Amino acid sequence: MKQVPVARIIVSIFFVGLLMTPAAMRWRSATRANAAGTSPDRQAAMARHGFYLEEVAHSVGIDFVHEAPTLDAKLLPIMPEVASMGASVSIVDFDRDGWPDIYVTNSAEGSRNRLYRNMHDGTFKDVAGDLGIADVNQAGTGVSMGAVWGDYDNDGYEDLFLIKWGRPELFHNDHGQGFTRVSDQAGLPPWINANTAVWFDYDGDGLLDLFVGGYYPEDVDLWHLKSTRMMPDSFEYAKNGGRKYLFHNLGNGRFDEVSAKVGIDSRRWALASSAADLRGTGHPDLFIANDYGVSELYLNDGKKFHEAGQQTGVGFAPKSGMNVAFGDIFNLGRYAVYVSNISENGALIQGNNLWVPKEGTQGEAIKYENLARDMGVELGGWSFGAQFGDLNNDGTLDLYLTNGYVSLDRNKSYWYDFTKIAGGNSSIIGDAKDWPAMDGRSLSGYQQKHVWLNDGAGKFVDVAQAIGVTDTYDGRAVALADLWNRGVLDVVVANQRGPLLVYKNTVAPENEWIEFELEGNKSNRSAIGAQVALTWNDQTQIQQVSGGSGFSAQNDRRLHFGLGRNARLKGAVIRWPSGKTQTVDSLVAGKMYKIEEPK
Amino acid sequence: MSPETMAQSTPQIKISSKKRWLSLDNRFVPPLFITLILLVGHLSFGILESYQKTLLAIMTAVVAELILGRVFTHQWPHLASAYITGISVGILLRSPAFWPYVLCSLIAITSKYVLRLNGRHLWNPSNFGICAMLFLASDAVATLSIQWGNNLWAMLVIWLLGSVIIWRLRRFHICAVYVGSFLLLSVLRAWITGDPWLSEVSPITGPEYQLFIFFMITDPKTTVKSKMGQSIVAFCVAVVEMLFRLDQSIYAPLYALFWVGPCATLIEMWIVSRRSANGTPTKLTTNTVRP
Repeated sequence: MKQVPVARIIVSIFFVGLLMTPAAMRWRSATRANAAGTSPDRQAAMARHGFYLEEVAHSVGIDFVHEAPTLDAKLLPIMPEVASMGASVSIVDFDRDGWPDIYVTNSAEGSRNRLYRNMHDGTFKDVAGDLGIADVNQAGTGVSMGAVWGDYDNDGYEDLFLIKWGRPELFHNDHGQGFTRVSDQAGLPPWINANTAVWFDYDGDGLLDLFVGGYYPEDVDLWHLKSTRMMPDSFEYAKNGGRKYLFHNLGNGRFDEVSAKVGIDSRRWALASSAADLRGTGHPDLFIANDYGVSELYLNDGKKFHEAGQQTGVGFAPKSGMNVAFGDIFNLGRYAVYVSNISENGALIQGNNLWVPKEGTQGEAIKYENLARDMGVELGGWSFGAQFGDLNNDGTLDLYLTNGYVSLDRNKSYWYDFTKIAGGNSSIIGDAKDWPAMDGRSLSGYQQKHVWLNDGAGKFVDVAQAIGVTDTYDGRAVALADLWNRGVLDVVVANQRGPLLVYKNTVAPENEWIEFELEGNKSNRSAIGAQVALTWNDQTQIQQVSGGSGFSAQNDRRLHFGLGRNARLKGAVIRWPSGKTQTVDSLVAGKMYKIEEPK
Repeated sequence: MSPETMAQSTPQIKISSKKRWLSLDNRFVPPLFITLILLVGHLSFGILESYQKTLLAIMTAVVAELILGRVFTHQWPHLASAYITGISVGILLRSPAFWPYVLCSLIAITSKYVLRLNGRHLWNPSNFGICAMLFLASDAVATLSIQWGNNLWAMLVIWLLGSVIIWRLRRFHICAVYVGSFLLLSVLRAWITGDPWLSEVSPITGPEYQLFIFFMITDPKTTVKSKMGQSIVAFCVAVVEMLFRLDQSIYAPLYALFWVGPCATLIEMWIVSRRSANGTPTKLTTNTVRP
C-alpha cells in the first residue's frame, strides 16, 4: 500500500476524532455535574454536601413581588431590557434587637419598598410604611435600585441610603423608631441614575463616607427623555455613562462631594462596587465592576485614590461586570474578588472572573489572575449578584450566584437582535430608537442558579439543584445572613419582576461555627471595614464588615465563620478601621461574640 | 481573500536579488498585515482573549501544518498560511477555555488535507474550523461578534489595511459587490422584520465584519476564478446570509460562506470538467490554483 493513502486514512480518522471532541467534552462535563446531584433531596444533600436550602418566604410572612418601572414611552420596544434592574436586598438590624431584618426595594412608580422586621419567632413583618421608608418611589422622584445601610452619625443605629434612578435619598434612623429624610441637609445632588453605592471610611476619620456609582448619565430623566441617544456607545468600551460620586462625611450631617479631588473620575457604566483593604495597608480600596467595559480598581493611600485596573490585571479585558464580592477562598488571609459577567451558549461567552492575588505580589505591586475557569466558577449564565459565605460550615467559603436577565416567552429569544445591534458602530448602538423591538422575547431567561461549594482544594462544585435551589426567576441581588441566630447562613434573593426568596439553611450539626458582631468606637460605629482574622486548625481566614457588596445588596454586618469538624480555635485578631489591633483569645465554637472596639 | 490562501496564491513576481533585499516576499505581506491588525486592535481595544490563547492557536496551526504538509507533500510547507489560520482563529474565536483554540486550529488545518476534491480543498480553513466549533461546541465558544470596540477608528484602520491588501491583489470588486448587496438586502430585511433599518446595517459597521469582508469572502478557494463568477458568489453569500439572518442566526455571515463557498467551487469544477470534455479551453483570469 502506498504511503499517502495510508496517511490519508489515518488523518481522516484523526479529523473525525477532532470533530467528535466537543461532544466528548460535553459528556465529561455532564457526568461531573450529575455526580453532584441533579434533583433536590434533603437527606441526600445533607449526607453529601452537609446542608440543604429550603425556600420559606411565604411561610415566614414574606410575600413580596418586585415590580419593574415603566419608563418613557420612547423606550417601549426595549422596555423589558432597559427596565431590567431595581430588585435589591440588604440585611440590617435597624432596631438593634440582635435579630437581622430585611429591606427590599421596589421599582414601579408609586410602588412601596419593604422593611421586614424580624419578629424573633421565625416570622417577619413589614414595618416600612410605619417607619417612613416605604413610599419612596413616587412619580417624579425616580424609583429605587438598591439600598445600603451605615451609621453615618455614629449614634448606634444604621441609617439608610437609597440608591435610585432618580433623587437619591438618605434616611436617618431615629433609634429604630422611625426614619427621617435628610437628603437635602446632607447635600446630595438632585438626581443620579445609580445602581451601586457603598459605605466605607476611606480616610479613616471614624466617619462613614459614601461612594455612589452612576449608570445612566445624571442628566437623563428616564421618564422624560429629551433624546433616545442615552444608550451605551459601545458594548464593551462605553464611557458615556453616569459620573461617580464620593461623599466625604463632614460629621455634621453634611457630605462634601470629593470624587475629583481624590482621583475618582470615570464615566463608565458602574453596576456594582465594594470596598475592602485588599493590600493590607489599613486603607480600604474600591473595586468597581462596570457594565459595557473593564472593571476599575481604585487603590487608596488614605487620602487619594489611583486607578490600577490595568496595572493589577483586573481592568484589561472588557466584559459586562455586574457584581463585586470579596472572599478569602483559600484561607490564606487574602481576598479574591468575584465579578460576574455574561455567558450564553452559542451567543456570547464572557465568563465570570475570579480575581485571585498572584503569589508573591502584594502592596502597590499586587497583581491578580483570573482563576474562575480553573476553580469551576466561570460559567453562570447572565450572571448578576453573588456572595461568598460558608453555607455548610465546613471551614471554606462557598459562592452563591443568581442569574437570568429577561424571562418572557420561553420559546423566543432576543439574542440574535441583541448581537446584531451590539456589534455596531457607536452612532447606532447608542440610540435606543435603533434597537429592534423585544416583542415579548426572552433574553437569557429562566436560568438555573449556581451554588458552588468550595472543596478546599482549589475547586468549586455546583450543587444548586441537589441542595434545593431550583428557582429560575430573573435573579438580581443575593444577601447572606444568619436570619434566625442559629449559626448558619441563610440566603435571601431579590428577583426582578419576581418574588423575594428566603432560603432557610439546614446544616449538618457536626460542622461548627462562630460569629462576631463588631461595634466601633474610634472607628465608625458600624465597624464597616473592620477585619477579623480567625485562626483555627492551623489555618486563618479573614472576613471584613462590608458597607455593600454583590449586586445591589448588603450582607449582615455580623461575620459568620464555618469551622468544620473538631475545630481547635486559636484566636482572632481584629483590625479596626482606626488602625487599632485587638486580639481575642479563648474563643469557643457555637457562639456569637459581641465585641466593641477598645477605647 | 482569506489570509491563509492569500498567502499561498499571491502572484510571484520575479525580482532581482538586489530588489529582493529591499522588498518583502509577497507571501509575507498578508501575515504582516493581519499581525498589524491584531496588534492595533489589541493595543487599542484589547480584542484578544489573551496573548496565550492566540499564541496557542498559532502554534497549533503551525505544528499541524508542518506535520501534515511533510506527510502529504514530502517537503516542508511554507508556514505563512498556517500562521494566518492560527491568527484568524486567535482573533475570531472567543472562549474562556484554552482547548477550543487548539481544537479549532487543528480542525482548520486538517480540513485542508482531508476535505479535498481533485487536489483542491473545498473550505476556507479558518471558516471551516470556526463554523465547526460553532456547530459542535456552542456551549464553549462564540466568535468575535460584539466584543470588539464600536469605535470608528478601529473600523477605519481595518478598512484601510484591508483595502490596501485587496486592491493589491485585484479583488476589491468582491468586497464591493458583497457590501453593496448587504446594504441593499438590509433594506429588504428591515421591511420584512419591521426592525429599524439601522439595526440591519449595524453588523457591517462592526470591525469584526471587516475581517470577514476582507479576509474571508475573497478567498480563491471559496470563490471561482472569473471576475464575474466571483461577483456572483459574493452576491450569493449576501443572499444566503440574509436567509440565515431571517432565521435569527447570530453567525449568519460565517454560515453563509460555509455553504456557498464549497458549492461555488464544486459548480466551477463541474463546468471546467464539462468544458475539458468538450475540448473548450478554460480561461483562468486571476490567481491560479495551488497544485
